[in-house]
Amino acid sequence: MGNPAAPKRATVRQMIAKSAGNKRKRAAERAVPVVLFLIAAVSVLTTIGIVGTLVAETVTFFTKVPFWSFITGREWLPFSNKDAQFGILPLIIGTLKVTFIAVITAVPIGLSAAIYLSEYASDNTRRIIKPVLEVLAGIPTIVYGFFALTFVTPLLQTVIPGLKIFNALSPGIVVGIMIIPMIASLSEDAMSAVPNPIREGALALGATRFEVAVKVVLPAALSGILASVVLATSRAIGETMIVSLAGGATPAFNLGFTDSIQTMTAYIVQVSTGDAGYGTPIYYSIYAVGFTLFLFTLLMNWIAHRITKRFREAY
Amino acid sequence: MVQVMERTRERAGLKQTAAPAVPDVRPLVYDTKLLNLWYGNHHALKNIDLPIRENEVTAIIGPSGCGKSTYIKTLNRMVELVDDVRTSGEILYRSRNIFDRNYPVEELRTRVGMVFQKPNPFPKSIYDNVAYGPRIHGIRNRQILDEIVEKSLRGAAIWDEVKDRLNTNAYSLSGGQQQRICIARALAIEPDVILMDEPTSALDPISTLKVEELVQELREDYSIVIVTHNMQQAARISDRTAFFLSGEVVEFDETDKMFSNPEHKRTEDYISGRFG
Amino acid sequence: MRITEKPPARVLIDREAVAGRMGFRKAVNAAFSVLFLSATLLALLVLGVLFYRIVSQGFGHLSPAFFENFASRMPEKAGVKAALVGSLWLMAVVAPVSLILGIGTAVYLEEYAKKNRLNDFIRMNISNLAGVPSVVFGLLGLTIFVRALALGNSILAAGFTMSLLILPVIIVAAQEAIRSVPRELREASYGMGATKWQTIIRVVLPGAVPGILTGSILALSRAIGETAPLIVIGVPVIIQFLPAGVLDTFTALPMQIYDWAKRPQAAFQEVASAGIIVLLALLLAMNSVAVLIRNKFQKRY
Repeated sequence: MGNPAAPKRATVRQMIAKSAGNKRKRAAERAVPVVLFLIAAVSVLTTIGIVGTLVAETVTFFTKVPFWSFITGREWLPFSNKDAQFGILPLIIGTLKVTFIAVITAVPIGLSAAIYLSEYASDNTRRIIKPVLEVLAGIPTIVYGFFALTFVTPLLQTVIPGLKIFNALSPGIVVGIMIIPMIASLSEDAMSAVPNPIREGALALGATRFEVAVKVVLPAALSGILASVVLATSRAIGETMIVSLAGGATPAFNLGFTDSIQTMTAYIVQVSTGDAGYGTPIYYSIYAVGFTLFLFTLLMNWIAHRITKRFREAY
Repeated sequence: MVQVMERTRERAGLKQTAAPAVPDVRPLVYDTKLLNLWYGNHHALKNIDLPIRENEVTAIIGPSGCGKSTYIKTLNRMVELVDDVRTSGEILYRSRNIFDRNYPVEELRTRVGMVFQKPNPFPKSIYDNVAYGPRIHGIRNRQILDEIVEKSLRGAAIWDEVKDRLNTNAYSLSGGQQQRICIARALAIEPDVILMDEPTSALDPISTLKVEELVQELREDYSIVIVTHNMQQAARISDRTAFFLSGEVVEFDETDKMFSNPEHKRTEDYISGRFG
Repeated sequence: MRITEKPPARVLIDREAVAGRMGFRKAVNAAFSVLFLSATLLALLVLGVLFYRIVSQGFGHLSPAFFENFASRMPEKAGVKAALVGSLWLMAVVAPVSLILGIGTAVYLEEYAKKNRLNDFIRMNISNLAGVPSVVFGLLGLTIFVRALALGNSILAAGFTMSLLILPVIIVAAQEAIRSVPRELREASYGMGATKWQTIIRVVLPGAVPGILTGSILALSRAIGETAPLIVIGVPVIIQFLPAGVLDTFTALPMQIYDWAKRPQAAFQEVASAGIIVLLALLLAMNSVAVLIRNKFQKRY
């Protein structure tokens, strides 16, 4: 072989050599990384846009409403014509009430599900349950809000007689349901990352599955589990539609769970659906509230980041 | 030791084309001069001097971690895909320094084909795998592509096995067939040199034999550099052999001489299986 | 010297006590395994109840007329037409914008970005962006797209806002998909003298397409169900016409559902449920496509 192909060989090489000098190809090669970098810069611009927008409009807000009365005020009465009050504490308390109930609902269930999936379930069971949890995570929050308002609240009212139609309890529980998949799947990831030899070591000593889960796997996966809870908390703080539909629009500076409340997110929605004129203190107040909300979630995400970084297990 | 090698060679049924009569007259394809290479702080290649000649099979042997793979990947500058690589010295390919700023690396790699340790066909049809190279170099005429594909598959001694299913996915083939598809893919752009980085290490003995036979045939048209951890393989198929150890060339000579009468003690120890 | 006593190791462990406690420990184990399972099943039960409630409430209202009517003050005449069409228009903007931005960013980060502070910052920034509440993205959209760029409450303004919202999800999915393409294939391509961009276009992206598609469809289904950003940028609810272009005002399914759900009349609860069924059916269809793609292309390498 070889010889008959010899003349042909030159031609293919020539064809290749001819296209090697292709200027368009070279120009593309140089332009592509620049274009892609600009595209990647969009996400940075988004962050700058978010922070810039919030800061600028919040600063304008503080020219109309004193900063101190905003962060210490116990009354949020933006729509009062005579005596508008912009004390954010009631909105923060409303947010924290819902978040608190959501977390105490979601953590036990989410963690149990994670332990079950990671330590007890067979592969087949896992293959069925995990997609179902994913479906739970994929349901739009507007649907959850409707569910809270039309099903969970009436159900709770039969048990708790004094429960108002808008309250903190029902949206809190439903937000909890919404964040269960997040806690379950992130915690399960953390537990599955614990190497099997550690489990086998304990099982070989005669430990039961429960003892392995609680005394060996949980401590080893603790940082991942904590991070999942913090991230889920952040999600609960930022949740909007469930609390808008089922929580009410009554900012309240108290610790009750049965009365109507308002969260930071629900206030932003209330103003957006109303007709507050551009340039009024009410208009700027949604940015001040949005900024506060942003700081809360940023803090949570930062904590989660620190937890995973600091306690990263070295197996 | 020598007799063992001879016997292996006969058993493999390969014709003894490696003529010791090949003198140093064949033109140089590659000339490596005082090459040094660092991965970060790790000094991986030390003062390498190595000529590679036309239409010969040059084998590179040595224990794992000796730098033989690094060296072959330096010949087409694939080594630069790893971050933090520095080199000094020069490698002349057809008298031109490949580290020259003005030397487009794509041009070098077009002239120098490579076959890898693990068969790595693309998840495409057999046809598209072989036509990949010509296509990226601007050849779109279907007729010419058809010709190139057939010629390359014949050149890689796999045409008869796959000619009826050129449109099936290359992943449906066996490991040995995949590796020969990869060789055909490299042949399709009609390279000058073919670099083979342990091409049979992932293959069964029968496929290995086929690839070895193929290397013998390819020598007629191409210059071949082959890295192998298998000394018998080097003895069977190569004209010259370089023995690498800890990033240095310990010995470089005609294969028959190296395996029968190594100059260095360390070479002898290695080829007689005392380490590595 | 002869050892007359038992070896000390045996003395330290009282075997009878260990055996005695064994029953208790096994019972605890059994009890908790039931507990963990029931907690998991509880989550599934909620899902079942939710679906049952929605379907039983809304199914009666699903009729051809429901898809042909615009919004109305009268529940029996209220339809989902403008909202459904509006949501599809919204997707027509979000899908290309978020895919181009998401895949472009992922390719940059995985194939081009060197290890330096700027690129680390971009990476960190993306993970932080993923944690920003959707309502805050609404505020961004309101200031930048609705007011500064004067797009008003148009499909384009809402589409851009939603694209930025789901951008981090798409980027991460695309990054994982690109990373899953084996290094050997890239080497094969470079070894033939292909340029970087040729390798990306002909080898890396085709290999990553299934993963990118799966992740992107899931991200898009999140965008189709999002309500809060639409409310904040002022998307109206009562719309009696269909949009003709991306600069037109529109409404979307979740907006319409929100409006119905807020109304006090019981009949509107059924309309809201019917709207939710339409929304969930749309999501189910999108998710099925994603799962199909995932199963079809799983374990290709």
